[in-house]
Amino acid sequence: MNSLAAGVVHVLLLVTLPPLLMGVIGRIKAWMAGRTGPPLLQPYRDIARLLRKGAVYSRTVTWVFVAGPAVSLASVFTAGLLLPLASVRAPMSFEGDLVLFAYLLALGRFFTMAAALDTGSSFEGMGASREAAFSALAEPALFLALATLAVTTGQLSLSEILGGLDAPRAVLPAILLSAAALSAVLLAENARIPIDDPATHLELTMVHEVMVLDHSGPDLAMIEYASAVKLFITSTLLAAVAVPGLAGRPVALAAGALGVACIVGLVESVTARLRLPRVKQFLIGASALGAVALATTMFTRGAA
Amino acid sequence: MTSVKAEPGRAGQPWTMGEVTSASPAAWREAVLGEHGRGGRLVGLFAWPEGPGARTLVAILSFDRRGRLAIHRTRVPADGEFTSLTPVIPGAQAFEREIFEQQGPRPAGHPWLKPLLRHEDPEGATGVATGTFFRVEGDGVHEVAVGPVHAGIIEPGHFRFQCAGEEVIHLEIHLGYQRRGVEALMVSASPARRLALAESIAGDASVSHATAHVEAIEGLSGVEAPPRAQAIRALALELERLASHAGDLGALCGDVGYLPGAAWLGRIRGDFLNLLLELSGNRLGRGLIVPGGVRFDLDDRLRADFARRIGAATRDLEEVCDLAFSEPSVLSRFERTGVLSGQDADLLGVVGPAARASGCSRDARADHPSGLYRFAHIAVTTAREGDVMARAMVRRLEASRSLAFLAEEIDQLPGGPLLEPPGPLRPDALVITLVEGWRGETAHLAATDPEGSLAVYRVVDPSFHNWFALAVAMRGGQISDFPLCNKSFNLSYAGHDR
Repeated sequence: MNSLAAGVVHVLLLVTLPPLLMGVIGRIKAWMAGRTGPPLLQPYRDIARLLRKGAVYSRTVTWVFVAGPAVSLASVFTAGLLLPLASVRAPMSFEGDLVLFAYLLALGRFFTMAAALDTGSSFEGMGASREAAFSALAEPALFLALATLAVTTGQLSLSEILGGLDAPRAVLPAILLSAAALSAVLLAENARIPIDDPATHLELTMVHEVMVLDHSGPDLAMIEYASAVKLFITSTLLAAVAVPGLAGRPVALAAGALGVACIVGLVESVTARLRLPRVKQFLIGASALGAVALATTMFTRGAA
Repeated sequence: MTSVKAEPGRAGQPWTMGEVTSASPAAWREAVLGEHGRGGRLVGLFAWPEGPGARTLVAILSFDRRGRLAIHRTRVPADGEFTSLTPVIPGAQAFEREIFEQQGPRPAGHPWLKPLLRHEDPEGATGVATGTFFRVEGDGVHEVAVGPVHAGIIEPGHFRFQCAGEEVIHLEIHLGYQRRGVEALMVSASPARRLALAESIAGDASVSHATAHVEAIEGLSGVEAPPRAQAIRALALELERLASHAGDLGALCGDVGYLPGAAWLGRIRGDFLNLLLELSGNRLGRGLIVPGGVRFDLDDRLRADFARRIGAATRDLEEVCDLAFSEPSVLSRFERTGVLSGQDADLLGVVGPAARASGCSRDARADHPSGLYRFAHIAVTTAREGDVMARAMVRRLEASRSLAFLAEEIDQLPGGPLLEPPGPLRPDALVITLVEGWRGETAHLAATDPEGSLAVYRVVDPSFHNWFALAVAMRGGQISDFPLCNKSFNLSYAGHDR
């Protein structure tokens, strides 16, 4: 595939596929609960419906509140361009782009938090404070996992790393540990059970959902779409790490991302949420896994 | 001591007003505190007009072990004072606030004399201005206000949290948004309308309130419902309990994001509601119970069908409860969350599953049995921990005991008529009925005037006793656990506000 065609396929997948993952999770949860559930394409319809509506703004908010959803969407979409989805080299790829990937996710989160604080609502402030605490703990896990992958493949760009995981020099236990740490980060980043419950209506228990309560219409559509894109790119990353050799194969990667969504749906169907103070232990555990992965890699590579 | 004490009475059996002599306020207070010291539990504290400018104050205490009630009565000027009982009997706090707000006499020395149901400042000076909530100040302390408009389809109520970070230091609950004035309407309404009113005091406890109401009318008119009608009432009351307990257990699972429990228990709740529907034509059992009996029969075809479906529900409930209560992620959320100590439960006069989960063995079906419960017993279920888990376990065990009770009673339903029409009400009499609804002790008080028409009606929904306990159980807890803790009490806003 030439690079232009690959770029087009990449963008098409990145734009069209994400809401399907949400639909799959919803369907699996419904199925596990003995219900039929909403149609697979319901998330697309929800976004379309929200886009047709008007937005309501409180008199107290500033441009930060308005910019929040757009920045979130732009940042996750840009992060999606760093993954080798349709060819072994991503549309945007350079040495050290894994740091950009991590901080693009952080940028989106920062603006969501800032928009939440901008409303001045005590609920949203509570959500932002929880999100800040949890993301501060999830970030080390993400970096340790990415660093492990960088060390084990000897590469610094996501395309090279994900493409090099099936090379002989890669250390399998370290990759599996990194995948475990990335799974925990995926659950935290996407506000899924056991960290957060995307289905709850109870504001006092929410982390992510409570921060976006004041958004409506197209803004809410952007937020929902951004959440779906974020789930898609983190699932794709996890799939590419857990099953080395998927990088650059669009159909296999998309299937992998759908598989991750299925697992997320199954986990949500059979476990309860963690008590909020326990989330910290869960994320520190993920960082510990990342640290062990990194140590294992260094040790093995040192010995080799 | 002057004679201030009526002969010990029983729920459902009227006193004549002559038996309930009025004491001086000081003697009344001494008598009430004396009964309390001997183990009497405050069932209710009421005031109503007695001649121009005066109010009758009535305290009802229950000696649960002996199944007896004591009543004490005094008279105070409407604009006068009486010494507050709350510092000694904390469970009196809401009753005294309501008396001050609705009837006038001021409970002197009440620690938090704020309007109970109103939101504007009532006439006259209050100890605490309306709209003032207890405030905690300090570094990192913040206030969170929730309601009266909530995100779910639930009733309105206002919750004001004082938090240090995620920890709740203090919670104050202000209700009153559902005030309909049921007690005054009861007096002015026709008998048929009274039934509809009783059933709508708390919609999810229609059978409990309807039973308490008709037992009061039957007590005042001196008739007893035929055995078959009493049995059908008990079946309906247990079906209501089952529907609510199954629904609550499912909602508890839902609040912690445990999908299988939420889905299956939600369905099982529907099974019980459907049984009520087939019995009475209404999923909440409305229209079934009338003074003197019941309106609908459980014929042989329905009996066989009920027996089969109750057997199936028993198996389903066991299966899903075994699953949910062996899931570590669920247990870790339920255990040690929202602990209400047995001592606090006693002090606050908590009733129902919430009291039993904190080790207080009180259940009107056993302590003050009426109807079928005088002949068929259900063991009282208690737990000791007082946390969400204990409240869930009490519900689970009560549900399985109710199912066993239903299976047995459907099998041996007595024959005979369904209705024994009640005659006129006895003049100058007062009756109290206690029905153990699924939420707890549902108390109705009815009194007649010298002409034999209803002059006073008072309702105590179990929620009236229990709301304050929820606030106490939250102290020192996580604010994110509030919805779960709230659901484990599952109190009624409408029942509290009436």
